[in-house]
Amino acid sequence: MSMTLDTKSITETLNRVPIMPLDLGPVEDVKVNRSAVERRADSMTKRRTVKREWQAAWQLQVARVIDLTTLAGDDTPGTVERLCAKARQPIRAELLEKLGVTQPITTGAVCVYHGMVESAVDALAGSEIPVAAVSTGFPAGLNPFKQKIQEIEASVKAGASEIDIVISRQHVLTQNWQALYNEVKAFREACGPAHMKSILATGELGTLKNVMRASYVCMQAGSDFIKTSTGKEPVNATLEVSLVMLRAIRDYYEQTGYKVGFKPAGGIRSAKVSVDWLIMMKEELGDEWMQPHLFRIGASALLNDIERQLEHFAYGRYSSMQYQALG
Amino acid sequence: MTVAEVLNTLTYGVAPETAKPAQEWLDAHKGHFGLFINNEWREPSSKEWFDSINPANKQKLADIAQASDEDVHDAVKAARKAFAKWSQLSGHARARYLYAIARQIQKNSRLFAVLETLDNGKPIRETRDIDIPLVARHFYHHAGWAQIMSTELRGYEPVGVVGQIIPWNFPLLMLSWKIAPALAMGNTVVLKPAEFTSLSALLFAEICGKILPPGVVNIITGDGRTGAALVNADVDKIAFTGSTDVGRIIRKATAGSPKKISLELGGKSPFIVFDDADLDSAVEGVVDAIWFNQGEVCCAGSRLLVQEGVAEKMYAKLKVRMEKLRVGDPLDKAVDIGAIIAPVQLQRIEQLVQQGKDEGADIWQPSWSCPTEGYFYPPTLFTNAAPASTIAQVEIFGPVLVAMTFRTPEEAVKLANNTRFGLAATIWSEDINLALDIATQVKAGTIWINSTNLFDAASGFGGYRESGFGREGGKEGLYEYVKKVKDENGKMKDERKSKTKKKAPGNGLHPSSLRQAQGIAFILHPSIDRTAKLFINGKQARPDSGYSIEVNDVNGNLIGEVGAGNRKDLRNAVEAARGVADKWFKATGHNRAQILFYLGENLAARTDEFARRISQQTGADAESALSEVGAGIESLFTAAAWADKYDGAIHNTPIRNVTLAVPEAVGVMGILLPDDKPLLALCKLAASALAMGNVLVVVPSPVAPLSATDFYQLLETSDVPAGTFNIVTGNRDELAKTLSEHDDVDGIWYAGPPEGRKAVQTASVGNMKQTWVMPANGDLPEMDEILRHATQVKNIWVPYGA
Repeated sequence: MSMTLDTKSITETLNRVPIMPLDLGPVEDVKVNRSAVERRADSMTKRRTVKREWQAAWQLQVARVIDLTTLAGDDTPGTVERLCAKARQPIRAELLEKLGVTQPITTGAVCVYHGMVESAVDALAGSEIPVAAVSTGFPAGLNPFKQKIQEIEASVKAGASEIDIVISRQHVLTQNWQALYNEVKAFREACGPAHMKSILATGELGTLKNVMRASYVCMQAGSDFIKTSTGKEPVNATLEVSLVMLRAIRDYYEQTGYKVGFKPAGGIRSAKVSVDWLIMMKEELGDEWMQPHLFRIGASALLNDIERQLEHFAYGRYSSMQYQALG
Repeated sequence: MTVAEVLNTLTYGVAPETAKPAQEWLDAHKGHFGLFINNEWREPSSKEWFDSINPANKQKLADIAQASDEDVHDAVKAARKAFAKWSQLSGHARARYLYAIARQIQKNSRLFAVLETLDNGKPIRETRDIDIPLVARHFYHHAGWAQIMSTELRGYEPVGVVGQIIPWNFPLLMLSWKIAPALAMGNTVVLKPAEFTSLSALLFAEICGKILPPGVVNIITGDGRTGAALVNADVDKIAFTGSTDVGRIIRKATAGSPKKISLELGGKSPFIVFDDADLDSAVEGVVDAIWFNQGEVCCAGSRLLVQEGVAEKMYAKLKVRMEKLRVGDPLDKAVDIGAIIAPVQLQRIEQLVQQGKDEGADIWQPSWSCPTEGYFYPPTLFTNAAPASTIAQVEIFGPVLVAMTFRTPEEAVKLANNTRFGLAATIWSEDINLALDIATQVKAGTIWINSTNLFDAASGFGGYRESGFGREGGKEGLYEYVKKVKDENGKMKDERKSKTKKKAPGNGLHPSSLRQAQGIAFILHPSIDRTAKLFINGKQARPDSGYSIEVNDVNGNLIGEVGAGNRKDLRNAVEAARGVADKWFKATGHNRAQILFYLGENLAARTDEFARRISQQTGADAESALSEVGAGIESLFTAAAWADKYDGAIHNTPIRNVTLAVPEAVGVMGILLPDDKPLLALCKLAASALAMGNVLVVVPSPVAPLSATDFYQLLETSDVPAGTFNIVTGNRDELAKTLSEHDDVDGIWYAGPPEGRKAVQTASVGNMKQTWVMPANGDLPEMDEILRHATQVKNIWVPYGA
């Protein structure tokens, strides 16, 4: 059961998701019933819960799948270095010791804009923590296509091993699946060895059906992960939208044998809520999809809440933010 | 397990809800409970107690009192005494009481939830998130009905003392479904919980003791003996939820008595999945359908009907999902399926599953095994079952799903309706045309589209066919707890007085007045012998027996003969009716109205003839007879008017959906007409039933059958489709018995003597058909009652969302 270590970095996984030909069959055949999806998403977290040791372990697991993110206009190499230090040691050593945890705990990745990639790579040198770069004109994705490709290439060159691309929403909203496929495929080719997470920006796709259709096209075009949102849309990661994407991932795995990862991002701030996503991964896709090579949560503030909850579990009293190191 | 170990495995572990407060409550009562009568706790006069067991660990929870006949009698007496005042309270006053109960349920919600889980074995998730919130909702909703009863149910009053008997699968929820509407409408209650699950009702009794006046709610515990005593006690109504077998016993026991009954019985509800369904969601639907409450749900979607093209895919998805279900300690917050109520139920499930295997169906169960310390059974899927297999027909009442395939929508409907039950159905399709088309065709009281097991106080719930009759919830449910207000003479309040004046006696065949007026001593031409036949499938038919029955006037003079119809004639008539039932049901209201108007027009053209016939048979004078024909024409017009106006409702249920409450035809109806006003009764009762889309076998009163046999000539000339309106004359009570026993007759209205009424209700238990009985003489019922009895409400839940 030590799969967690080996699979820490998604770049090391074998059997990487390939680019497949566009198959409109599953795309056009999509059936999503919103009310039913909402009911399932709502009851899922009422059917399952984790308490005590289990809760603490699951919260630690959340820490391990976090793409610790900073995407602010005022980021500087200094703040990014600080974040990377937090990524190396998301939970303070004394707390881990108290919990009896000897496994190394680091976050899943550090996620920054292209301009901060080099600083992050430097700061994480010697660790196995990958640097992810948001790309392709993040968040709106309306830059010239050529620039988007160049941006990916530049980030990979700068040392990013994961690229979070944004799709052109217009292709989904106008049902132009060929255009969407071509775009994402080109991004994937530009990524080279770096793994690609495709951000659907679900809050801007209008319907759950569109979310599922876009999921299929992005997977066929070679996305290693599909990701809900940039964190900048009015509505970001929700359980309903995630459920639809997970069902697409499951179906794609059943059809092709390839395991596509999933990354919800935006708005996941509390430890309790983050565990709901872990529950959903376990229920809908199984244990392997709870690991960082197939599951990430894009977040920043979440980590400190996890620390607080762990501290409460370890010491039996409520904690304060001032005891949690800033990222 | 340590955090480090869990981190490597990411298992769920245990998440127990504490039983402590519930245990403390039990301890405070020393695990020993009495009966709650007149707001007092008392020992049972039998001095008999029985154990209540926690099915998840087989441990005893408490001693429950066995109420004797005497205790039941006392409880009913207390309720009777309380009724005098309770029924006179203003609606607003009763609303305050019901509101207080709702509040108390909420304030004690976790205690109720835990206690229910301990006693019943169902998961705490369900008691906490579903049962108890719905209980509170039911009392709130009916507090509202109490508040507005005086305007919304004008002309109705409470029934009186209501005996209520509820099952063990949703103990407190079923209690609320029974008690809330009863109290709201001004009735008082004696309720018996199921012997396996008395505890939440006893906690509820404690709350009643703090809030309600004495005697308004009485809770008596006990086994079937107590239930039988309650049924036979001096109550005005019995409301029962439980098995169809016990429903039959209650129907028989109350047959012929003035007690109202409503029965919510078993089911084998279809869960239909079309190839254009969201299959992943449909799989979750199945989980909510058959693995909710261990499958111990009367409306459980236990028959999975899948369109052939997606069947294998659906089964594969189901198996993956089943593997992830968690069976175990129902107090664990992360458990999906709890314990089966008792060994007897577990054995029944095991035995039926064995039978399914023996009959050749393929069984699939998850790889994990159930806990052994309590009564547990794993989720089970049978594929390759045929409609002929036992497990596809009988209610298993356990977590066992039986799957079959179909090819076309038409075949789906056929399979769905291929059952003795008709409680609920589920339809999964992303095509609204298809889904609603199927919803109108499946014979069931509740239809869920792309959802399942949704319940709410605002929506009626109840069955077609052997699943019982009467509705609970919604406005339609209130009518089970009220009756028409009558004045001191027993007349309906706003009824017009109409008296029939008798003419002078004379020979009917040779009207004396005519003879006297013409002053002739003998008849030059004897009247042409007229043969009244039966009217079956649009054709005049001679009776199978080859015999005729003489019809006399009020003075005993022979006025004609009618065919002596027998069981074979009825068989033919019912067959004819069944043959056109679907078509007539689907005919538009406008179309039915046109035919009924036309009937009225044709009757008007023959007013004199029909008036003479009335006079001849009943001795009514010309004026009365003419006025009866006039009233008959008016009734046909009224029926025509309602044909396209008896609208349903859209219930305001608290999810994003439309809940359509659709009044549907009962189906094939037997109508045995009263003696008085032969033509008016025919026009009013039969035509109204026809207007609502029913097809009829009408048995005219033996006293005055000739108005009906004359009437078939109108049917022949008024475009009434063959088979929709059949007339069989003969011995009323013999024909009534055959019709009541006939399993293809869905409802029966009988006017006749008390023995006849009892016989009809007793004989109706074969297919649990609806019965409506009334005296042979006296005023006809009012239109709102007639229409309500001519229809049954189907609630169709249609969730939506882009």
